[in-house]
Order: sequence, then C-alpha cells, then structure tokens
Amino acid sequence: MALIVDHLTHEYDEGGITVRALNDVSFSIHEGEFLGLIGHTGSGKSTLVQHLNGLLKPTSGNIYFYGKDIHDPEFDRRALRGKVGLVFQYPEHQLFEVTVFKDVCYGPRNLGLDENEVELRAYEALKQVGLGDENFYVSPFELSGGQKRRVAIAGVLAMKPEILILDEPTAGLDPKGREEILDLVVSIQEQTGMAIVLVSHSMDDVARYADRILVMDHGTVAFHDTPEKVFEHGEELEKMGLGLPQVTYLMRELAKETGLSVNTSAITIDQARDDLIRIAEAMRS
Amino acid sequence: MQDRKSLIKTKDLVYEYIRRDEEGNVENLTEAVSHVDLEVQPGDFIAILGHNGSGKSTLAKHFNSILVPSEGTVWIEEMDSADEKNLWDIRQKVGMVFQNPDNQIIGQVVEEDVGFGPENMGVPTKEIWERVEESLKTVGMYEFRKYSPNKLSGGQKQRVSIAGVIAMHPQCIVLDEPTAMLDPRGRKEVIRAVRALNDVEKMTAILITHYMEEIVYADKVFVMDAGKVVMSGTPREVFSQVEKLKELRLEVPVVTELAYELKKAGLPMPDGILDSREFV
Repeated sequence: MALIVDHLTHEYDEGGITVRALNDVSFSIHEGEFLGLIGHTGSGKSTLVQHLNGLLKPTSGNIYFYGKDIHDPEFDRRALRGKVGLVFQYPEHQLFEVTVFKDVCYGPRNLGLDENEVELRAYEALKQVGLGDENFYVSPFELSGGQKRRVAIAGVLAMKPEILILDEPTAGLDPKGREEILDLVVSIQEQTGMAIVLVSHSMDDVARYADRILVMDHGTVAFHDTPEKVFEHGEELEKMGLGLPQVTYLMRELAKETGLSVNTSAITIDQARDDLIRIAEAMRS
Repeated sequence: MQDRKSLIKTKDLVYEYIRRDEEGNVENLTEAVSHVDLEVQPGDFIAILGHNGSGKSTLAKHFNSILVPSEGTVWIEEMDSADEKNLWDIRQKVGMVFQNPDNQIIGQVVEEDVGFGPENMGVPTKEIWERVEESLKTVGMYEFRKYSPNKLSGGQKQRVSIAGVIAMHPQCIVLDEPTAMLDPRGRKEVIRAVRALNDVEKMTAILITHYMEEIVYADKVFVMDAGKVVMSGTPREVFSQVEKLKELRLEVPVVTELAYELKKAGLPMPDGILDSREFV
C-alpha cells in the first residue's frame, strides 16, 4: 500500500468555534492506481490532499507512507513533499522563474540533489509533459495557458513523486486542452507507474479515467469504490451536490421512455455506444 | 427581424494587441479580435464558444466598453462604444459577470454587495432595497441576504454577482465563463439562474463557456477561432458539425456525441441531437 489514511480528523478554529473539516477519514491508495477524488466545494477534498503530503497536521489519526507514520519525529517530511507531489489548482500562477527550465529545476533543487541530477530531472520532466526544446529557455509567461500548466506539472514531476495529486488540473481549459491534460496524466502513469489522485468536478472524467473513486461529503468518506459501483448511487450523489456522468442520465432516460433493456450503469460513451448497438442489432434480427 | 433595433452590433471590429520589447519598441501586433460582424437582438440568449486564446473574452469586453475597438465600430443600442460620453450609459445597459466569484464580491453582507451597483448609480435608497430584494429573488438567493459572502459556495457567490449586475437593471448581461470554477451543483444553479433571467425577465444574455451542454438552449451560437467568428447558427446547426468543432479544439454535448458515434456505426440517427428527449 502506497499510502494509508487511518482515522484522520482535522479541526480548525474559526472565531472561537471549532470546525471539523475532516471527520474520521480512512482509506488507502494502492501503488500505481488512478484514484478519482470528488466532492462538492467545501466537502473537505482540499484539506484532505494537503494532509497527504504532510502540509497539515492531523488533529487526530495517522497517515502512513509505505508503512511509515509521516508525523513520526524520525520521518523525513521534506523528502515526502517530493514523494507525494501536489499540483495545486491553477498551478501556472505559481510559476516565477525567468525561464521555463529554471522553474522546473526549483523543486528538485529543494530536495538537495546535486546540480547535474537537478538539470537531468528537469529535462526529463519537460520531455514527459511534451514541451519542445524551443520552449526551454523562454519566460514561462510567454507560453499559452495549457503550456504553462504543463510546465507547472513538470515542476512536480521533476521531484519524481510516487504519488501525483492533481487538484482540478483542467479548470479553465477548453475541451481539447482538458483532454490533452488528462491524456498526459494517463501517459505519465503508464510510463512511470506512479499513483495518480485526480481531484475533479467532472463526473465524466472520473468515470472515464479512474480505477477507483473516493467521494467526500461533509468531511467524511461517503463512498470509496470502482466507478461502476459508486455511480450506482445516483440519488445520494445528487444530494451531495454531485451527480452521474451525463451518459448515465441519458441511458436511464432511454430505459424509462422506451422500456428497452438498456444498460443503465453505462458510465462512458464507449460503453453506452456498444450497448445501444447491441440492442439495435437484437431488434433487427 | 430586420426592423428590430439591435441591442449590440459590431461592424468590422478589430482589436489589436501590441507586444513591446524591453525598450518599449513595438515588437509585433496581434489581432485578438479580427474583423467581427455580429448583431445581438433584445431578448436573445447568445452563446460564444472558442478555445483558450480564440478571442472570445476580448470580444465580450467590447460589449460594455471595457475595451474599445482598434478598428471598426461597436454600437450598443446605436451608441458608439468608443465615444467616452456614452460610457456611463453603456455600462448601465450591459453588465458583466466574470469567472472568479471571489474577485467580484466586495460587500461584507450579501444584500450590501448587491446594493453597491444601484447606489453608485444614484438610485434612491428605498428603490435600492426594492431592487436588491427583487434581484436576489430572481437568482434564488433572497434567503441568504444577511449572510457574509465568504460563507457561501462558489455557485451561490456567482449568483450574488449576477444579482449585483441585474440590480442595475441592465438590458443585457454578459457572463464570461461563470461556471469554470464551480462544482456540478454550482454550475447547474448558475445556468438555471441565467436561463430564468432570459426566459422570464426577457433579459438579453451572452454566455461565454467551455461547457457545451450549457448552451443547448441558446438562440444563437457564435464559435470563435483566431479572433474571427468561424461558425454561427442555432445550437443544432453548430453541433451537427462534430468534426469541425473538434478541429477547433471544442466538443459537442455528450448526448450529441453518442448519437454521432451510433450514426458512424450505421444506426439511423439524425444530426445535431441536443437533449435526451430528442435522443429517445
């Protein structure tokens, strides 16, 4: 198990009132898996991801990274920041160096690596996100929005994390840009075998990409299962301000309106297409 | 339609963006908006699509004189947007809502925030309160009038921003990716509020978005690329061109996409299906 969250509770004080942002949260992240993390704004997702790389300290409970308690005094939390890489929302806002290459060097240099290794990693990471050599020595501010975001992701990849957490990496991008970033994440996972945690507001995206989905609601884990299983709970998800993939709604309506035995648990367009073709063929013969 | 007076009209609109080098010399000129002609009629629900950097936000900023054309003309109800003496009137006719709810709310209390606009316009106090009440009711936020905005969700904040605009009684509201930062419920709330404004209050709405399913109810869609309007028509007309939209870095609603996939597989499906009822 790459990471285990065990009975994690996080409280903070707001004007003399104790607010419980996370309440007895337990789950684990498998090595190399693609985990989708969903929940409405304020459900505790962001607090949770900050715990995963030790940016916050639990009020109670523990987090284990490959079996070691990350809040143990012996544990090297600085190294953890590299092992559990966190790409924040709108990460391009955090680019600051004069060139793209220098910006990507910042993370690995902070890990205390020697300069050769730092530059080698920066080079590899920029290649991984598909940025051409001609962009290495320009100012990050001259790049397009999608390119800037790739540079920001490269900055985290250069630390060679074992778990890569991305907080809504597609926010504000056009449809093609969203697809490119998600395809990039999948290719990074395939090349490196690192586990991915994708925080998303898009049910369609987590349905399509995730191996398992963690649903947060009011600071607790509402569901933690495969997309197929999680999206069986349409009503509960809607009550939490979430919902189902659009194609699942369509299939449900088709079943209701036509009385055909449509697969109402289809969660991707491909599944729906294959199912409807099957039905059409059955009707023809 | 010809005899109706356009609310917004652009003729050969060009907006040039000047890039300078470190010494301040002009490096090059980019046309962010390039020779755009379009008209918006009162009561229309208009959607503008286009990939990042296609010029849609720059275009929208011309609709209430945040930007003025480098070449060509923009008229808001026959007022030239480049003429400074029209600025005040134009800003009152066309209100804007932006992407980030946290940058748009200034009041400590919801009703105070919504009242800022009309107060700045010199509306009498009694009427300000009437407008605040009416606007908050329109977007379904009246019960939150005494709340502090930072206690609200993203969708609720955006609806307060919309209320702040409609309290100024504009004829047109321009929304620049109002749902980009919201969760599914927030997105639904905001789009529902915009549709109600257009349907019930007959307010002209111009919605810029990357989410295709938000615009299936629009009267007209403009698609931008490299500063130009490259496609326009009803949602059905635009969404029947699946391949062309993909070339423009866009997509079609999921329902449309599935129908398209089935058609490719040889099933008899019409083009440009927009919602599940049609699909059935």
